[in-house]
This record gives sequence, structure tokens and C-alpha cells, in this order.
Amino acid sequence: MGLKPKIVEKVLSNLLKRPFTEQYPFEKPVIPDGFRGVMKLDVDKCIGCGLCSRDCPSGAIEMKKYEHANRSVPVFHLYRCTFCYQCADSCPVKAISMTPVYELSTPDPFKLILEPKPEEVKPRPRGVRK
Amino acid sequence: MSIIELIFGPQHPALHEPEMFRFHVDGEKVIEAIPRIGYVHRGIEKLFEQKTHVQNIYLSERICGICNVAHTLTYVNVIERAGDIDVPPRAKYLRVIVAELNRLHSHMLLLGAVAELMGFTTLFMLIWRDREKIMDLVELITGNRVISAYNTIGGVRRDIDSDKADKIRKVLLKVEEEWKEYKKTWMEDPTITRRTMGVGILKPRDALKYCVVGPVLRGSGVKSDVRKDDPYEVYGDIPFNVVTYDTCDSWARYMVRVDEILESINIILYALDNLPQGEIRRPLVRRLPEAEAFAKTEAPRGELVYHLYSKGGFKPYRLKVRTPTFANILGATIMFKGERIADIPVILGSIDPCFACEDRHTIVDLRSGKSFMLSSREITRKFSRGSKP
Repeated sequence: MGLKPKIVEKVLSNLLKRPFTEQYPFEKPVIPDGFRGVMKLDVDKCIGCGLCSRDCPSGAIEMKKYEHANRSVPVFHLYRCTFCYQCADSCPVKAISMTPVYELSTPDPFKLILEPKPEEVKPRPRGVRK
Repeated sequence: MSIIELIFGPQHPALHEPEMFRFHVDGEKVIEAIPRIGYVHRGIEKLFEQKTHVQNIYLSERICGICNVAHTLTYVNVIERAGDIDVPPRAKYLRVIVAELNRLHSHMLLLGAVAELMGFTTLFMLIWRDREKIMDLVELITGNRVISAYNTIGGVRRDIDSDKADKIRKVLLKVEEEWKEYKKTWMEDPTITRRTMGVGILKPRDALKYCVVGPVLRGSGVKSDVRKDDPYEVYGDIPFNVVTYDTCDSWARYMVRVDEILESINIILYALDNLPQGEIRRPLVRRLPEAEAFAKTEAPRGELVYHLYSKGGFKPYRLKVRTPTFANILGATIMFKGERIADIPVILGSIDPCFACEDRHTIVDLRSGKSFMLSSREITRKFSRGSKP
């Protein structure tokens, strides 16, 4: 009485199977295409329009001025990021792309600032549109 | 015997959310229930007024994590009505698919959690294992398991191809097969029926009087569903049944959800078969004219209402949100009358409470000396008005 045989059958058969739970650090989950992980900025494509920064719902993108190159480039503060990818949607030149990287835990919040190095930011050639 | 006031909560009266109920009890019997809402008030409606329409899509889905698609769907509907933006037909079908997947996982979450409340841990584990498959489908389509960020103003953000469609079909047929077994368990197993049948009665007259919505109303035998009564997106073209049960007890409200899962699977399969070709979104509209708009959808918990008043420009002047739990909480106080203390969690679980969406929240300010947690743009904005940084 009580439990239905069907469910008992299922429970017993599950005893013989391996656990359904993923054994995380040893066994990495399968990441589908289009997973929204850490974003990647193509500095050479960026035109510095600032639309990503304006549309970001959590204020995670700051436009940083690089004086030597005379242009602004977005800096991502990942500790504020909600990974909605509105920035990639808004980008008119598709300079922001997604990567399947999701392991972001760190004791140092400064590591979560994605900032291009000054030598990566080159001056944009004048009068040339990509 | 004298009447005692029993305080239930604010730590997790049924599901894991804080809300307090004061029960006046005579021995084991509940005489009166008084809810005290507002423990998780976040001030989201005020925050809506300070962000742009595009940013608010992502804020609206944070009102409730579980029914996030229903929230964004209603929000983009209200914006599209105010701005007179048309949506491509393919996007409408895709919205329906993701909204129904959201309903599936929300109902499974509740039914599993309630099975655990009743001490039926086996069923809880089995249901949540199946829910995991649905979450993987959501991740496959939208890129994230829970907060999907799928709907946007004028369409949806991602398309599905035939491979993905096949995978969705395959998984859903498997879940449907399993779910028919669980339905038998919900209907027949004494662990469930003896805890829920005849417990927490809400008569149709009371249900209408206290304006309850969604599965709670349908569990009282009233045939009401926004998808049928006032079709939005493409629900008008999709054949489906409105599930009602007329025993008016907790069991009926759970069974409405059990059957809705089967209906939702059919809706998704129909939508996948009839998915039109074409584009999936219109160019993003950032500025709205002066307009007032109203939108309602059937969220997993019931009727969800957004009312927007725009004075033109990039930000809303006022946005009012009425979430289903807010409508259901008064009905729940009627259900408790005359029941035993031990039945309180099961009855409260039967309205599928989502208190965080009922009390809208404020954001946490990290100003306490940790200036690195704010971007320089925000620091300038905050401290530039007279006060020294």
C-alpha cells in the first residue's frame, strides 16, 4: 500500500545508475553554443561610440579615454555585469563577442576588470571606415 | 480554550521566501490568517523611472527570477503597445515557445518543492531531475538557464535552427512520457491525496470576490486564462485547453498545474511545427512618444499586469506592475480558515507564492568607502552635486 509500484521500480533502477548530479570540479558541464560567458572586446573594431555603456542595465561598462591614442574604449567591470549581452546587441560594429568562459570566482575584485592594455589601443586611422 | 496568536515566518513559511503570517488559532484550528507583506520590498517601480526603456527589460526580469520570461514578455508588450511597434510573426512564435518553457520549469519547481513539503522526497527528486532537462533547453535557446534575457523590444534576441528544434522536440516528448507517470502519482498516491484533498477550500464565489488569478482561480472551477480570454502574441492561433478542476481544494490547484504542464508541452510542439520563416526582430526603438499602455499576460502564477505611462523620451514616467501573488494572497487567507496548523505550508504552497515579486526591491548601494565598486562615471554623477567626494 502507499507507494505505487511504478515509482518503486524507478527508484530501484536509479540505485544502479550513476548519480544524475554533475561532479562539478572534476567533470565540467557541457556548455551550449551561444552561452553568455565573459565578453571579449575587439579593440581594433571598436569605434568608441559608447552605446554599450549607455544601454548597460547595471552600469558595468565604463568608457575609458586613452590619451595617447585619442580615443575611448569600453572597460568591463565584471563584478557588476549581469551577462545579459545587451552591449553586444547594441554594438553597431559587432566588436563585442561572447566566450564560453564561466569560472570567474576570485578573491581579488580588480581581476574582474576587463581593461585593454595601453599598447593594445592604437590610434584609429582617420577617414577609414571598416 | 482561549485563542492564541501564532506567528508563522518571516523565515520561509512554505517555499524559500520571507513573509509573515499571523494566525489566530484555537487549539489546532486556524480561525483567522493575517498576512504581513513587504519583507522583500526593493523599490523596483521607482528604479524603473530612472533607467531607460532598454535597461528596464533586464530590470523587469529581475522582479521574479522564476517567471522572468513572463515579466519581460509583458514589459516588451507594454512598450510595443505604447510605441506602436510591430513584431515579426516568427518572433511571436519564439516568444510563445520560451514563455511556455518558463511555465514548465516554474510549475515543476513548485510541484517538486511541494512534494518535499509533504514528505515525498522521491517525487521531489524525480520532478526536479526532469526540470533540469527543461532548464537545459532554456539554456540551449537563450544562453542562460534561468535569467534568459530573451525578449527584446520589437522581437526576440536569438533564433532557433532545425537542430535545436529537433532537440527540443525529443526532450519534450521524453518529459511528457515521464510526466504522465507523475500525474498518476499526484492523482492516486495517498501521501499526496490525504494531505491535499479537501484541504484549503476556496469556493468559486470567494475566488471571484477576492479576485484571485491563474491556477488558483482555475482550481476553483472558474474558466479564466488570459491566453484564451485576451490572446497576446499568437496564443489565439494555437489550440489548447484551459484546465479547470472543480473540487476547489489544494489538490485541485496542484492538479491544474500538473495538467498545464502537459498542455504547455503540446503548445510548444505545435509552435515548433508551425514556426513561420522570416526575421526575428525589428530595429531597436529607444525613444517612446507620449503614451499610455496596458499589457497583461498569463504568467505561470496567474495574470501579470504592466501599466506604463510615458511622457516621451527614453525613460518611463511611471510603470506599475501587479504580480499574480499579490492578487492571490488575500484568497489564501480564506483558504486557511478552519484548517489545521500542520496544513498551513501545503495550503500556502498551493497558491505558488512568489513573495519577492510581490514586494518589489531596491538595489544595494555599495558606497561604504569601497569606491572601487563604482565606476568613475557613477562617482562623478553621485558626488558632483555640491558635496565633496
